[in-house]
Amino acid sequence: AAALKASESPFSTDEKLTSEDDVTAYNNFYEFGLGKGDPKAKSGKFKPTPWTVKVDGMVSKPREFGLEELLAFPLEERIYRMRCVEAWSMVIPWAGFPLAALLDKVEPLGSAKYVAFETVVRPDEMPGQGGFFQSLAWPYVEGLRLDEARHPLTILALGLYGKTLPNQNGAPVRLVVPWKYGFKGIKSIVRITLTDKQPPTTWNIAAPNEYGFYANVNPAVDHPRWSQASETRIGEGGFFGANRRPTLPFNGYEEEVAKLYAGLDLKANF
Amino acid sequence: MPLSPRLRKASVWALYAIGLVPAAWGFWLGATGRLPGNPVKEFEHLLGLWALRFLIATLAITPLRDIFGLNGLRYRRALGLLAFWYVLMHFTTYMVLDQFLNFAAIVEDIAKRPFITIGMAGLAMLVPLALTSNSWSIRRLGARWGKLHRLAYIIAAAGVLHYALSVKVVGPEQWVYIAIIALLLAWRPLRPYFNRRKRAPRHRVTIERA
Repeated sequence: AAALKASESPFSTDEKLTSEDDVTAYNNFYEFGLGKGDPKAKSGKFKPTPWTVKVDGMVSKPREFGLEELLAFPLEERIYRMRCVEAWSMVIPWAGFPLAALLDKVEPLGSAKYVAFETVVRPDEMPGQGGFFQSLAWPYVEGLRLDEARHPLTILALGLYGKTLPNQNGAPVRLVVPWKYGFKGIKSIVRITLTDKQPPTTWNIAAPNEYGFYANVNPAVDHPRWSQASETRIGEGGFFGANRRPTLPFNGYEEEVAKLYAGLDLKANF
Repeated sequence: MPLSPRLRKASVWALYAIGLVPAAWGFWLGATGRLPGNPVKEFEHLLGLWALRFLIATLAITPLRDIFGLNGLRYRRALGLLAFWYVLMHFTTYMVLDQFLNFAAIVEDIAKRPFITIGMAGLAMLVPLALTSNSWSIRRLGARWGKLHRLAYIIAAAGVLHYALSVKVVGPEQWVYIAIIALLLAWRPLRPYFNRRKRAPRHRVTIERA
């Protein structure tokens, strides 16, 4: 990973960072396997350069962005909490830029209501996409409402810990939406499409009763198979220390984002 | 290969000792900060997997004897008890190191999450089996002992279901355990037919006093 310069941001939390070791060795990235260590162990063949992201759909200026163009956006360091739907969390220093800045370049049409995202499909480089057993339907797809996508907290990340993204963290470019569960942060993005219909999302397709479209972090709505009331902060507390902490609504970003959901029943729209 | 009675006894004790090595090793790794990521979950998971392995080994004794003539009966009690201890350690780790004795959260988990309810039912069913695993109980219960210990089949099914339901995607690892336990359980209704077809009638032993 190459060094990456990024300016400080007022959106960063001052919470203690999760170690780089944990951030890059404890991952869910099923394209590389189901185990937490698989993404690091099995992503060596993946080639994140050269790379282009196609931005199309309901925009007046559809086009492709090369990785160099993405890296040329003014990059900010965003230290965000990351809450996984499996009830663990991290604090990660991302480097990236607001997704809104990219959307501005393609000029979404007034009819556009949602943004759909798609991950690359490369079975030769991503062992979880090949072979007899396939855990999910590829490509991995995600989506946001346009106002969520344009929120200043929503970023496209190109790096972490001052370097370009390691393969296991979604190289070369991924989405980070800190008030939503981690699976919304789609990795290795190749396509972004503006649309007027709510786009399908991978985990919702796999288990609609467990994962909704919104996937906002919400301690009041349990996952059917585990409570979302508390979380384990990775790398803290050790073996004998209580490292469970209460989970905050919208992962602690309530003040910034709750207004996006005024009048929406968050239990029905989980 | 005939073992002397003393060696036989020693081999059973050796099994108990060796069987506890994975737990001790995992605990040492965790306590010294050598388990990566989420050490408590890693340890919890290790204990659960070994519990399943010992349940499988316990259930494999009968088909191994039926099919290959390998008599491992003298190890069955130790294997079953090891499974019980691993399940107990698995639950204790969840209760103490994971939930930090937050009983409200634990009770809610057991009541509301089907995979935890099923796992807890498995542990509850293991308790009477562990308590009656001694020779005195075997003598005392007679034929009822065999009936009671058929609970092991339900426990193994509950254990593997608990495992499969605990993950977001049932992957190859879970399917392997499901397949092994399904085969071991399927053997039970099949074995009278299999054994009848064998030439020499077998001395039937359902209870072994090790």
